[in-house]
Amino acid sequence: MTRYLIPLVIFGVLVVFLAIGLGRDPHEVPSPLINKPAPSFKLAQLKDPSKSFSAEEMRGRVWLLNVWASWCISCRDEHPLLIEYARTGAVPIYGLNYKDRPEDALAWLQELGDPYVLSVSDLDGRIGIDYGVYGAPETYLIDQQGVIRFKQIGPVTPDIWTKNILPLVQEMNRQGGSR
Amino acid sequence: MISKRMFIWSAVTCHRFRPLRLVAAVGGGRKQRLKAATGRRTPNRFFVSVVLICSTAIVASAQLRRPVSNDPPDPAVEQRLAKLSQELRCLVCQNETLADSRADLAEDLRDEIRTQIRAGKSDQEIIAFLTQRYGDFILYRPPVRPKTYLLWFGPFVLLLAGLALLFRYVKRRRDMIEEQPLSNADRAQVEKLLSSASRKETA
Repeated sequence: MTRYLIPLVIFGVLVVFLAIGLGRDPHEVPSPLINKPAPSFKLAQLKDPSKSFSAEEMRGRVWLLNVWASWCISCRDEHPLLIEYARTGAVPIYGLNYKDRPEDALAWLQELGDPYVLSVSDLDGRIGIDYGVYGAPETYLIDQQGVIRFKQIGPVTPDIWTKNILPLVQEMNRQGGSR
Repeated sequence: MISKRMFIWSAVTCHRFRPLRLVAAVGGGRKQRLKAATGRRTPNRFFVSVVLICSTAIVASAQLRRPVSNDPPDPAVEQRLAKLSQELRCLVCQNETLADSRADLAEDLRDEIRTQIRAGKSDQEIIAFLTQRYGDFILYRPPVRPKTYLLWFGPFVLLLAGLALLFRYVKRRRDMIEEQPLSNADRAQVEKLLSSASRKETA
């Protein structure tokens, strides 16, 4: 009996492992930046390059940093959702326009609407490297202390928004007040 | 009479524009007929494929050699970059090294490594810079730490387990084989058979 049982058990274990492996997205690499301070940057604003914006200005506030580009196809998918979420006012969304031509980026916002409080231009992608960006769109949730609390690789979905981002934002707003 | 080399060249260009023609020229079945029709020698299939493969390799490497930076390349820096980037994974095409990948990000990261080498950073510092941003996943050789013990030592554990199982199996088999001495009746029968055989031989 055990003679047949052992291979069956081994097979079962193998199937479980393979099933888990198949269900995972290999493109989602756990970011080492979670619970680390968001890398600082000071970049020119997309709409007014004479003005700059730095991550430090957001100290004391919870905010989202969304990495986007006009050449990024998934960003187009994500965009209507971001506009909808920006309208709810749950959390301010800032844009990091990653390796894009400013004129293309501005045309894109003109055409599809602008969910961002403001966007900054990361022309050569150097800040993208600091943030470990490897596939736009990527979204970072940053708390009052300037610590990255959550990172979404790929488009934000309604599921992610309601299950991951919103609860964290609420929790951080509660904690941030008492701290 | 057209030389062999020229024929191959035409075969190569045919491959570009009219793939069917090449199949006809290289295919073994049509060789005789083609020879009769044209009076030319047909190149052997192996030779044509070698030429085709080499020519694509030349084209490919020519495309890869585009300068990334405006500064004149420094051989020492390039050598260190090549060595280092072969140990690093491109996060966009995850089965390619940073050295091989043509993804935009890989190019940016190579440029970043290049500037850091020029700035006098050590290999360790550069690797630390990258893992801080992209995680251990960027390393093809993951570091040995409790989280990766299974990865590093798992195969050896499996090997030892396999050896132990094999040893036990062989030992059990050996124990199963018992010495069975010949009984007197068997011995008598053997004697009889042998003696009858030797008698036949002498007869």
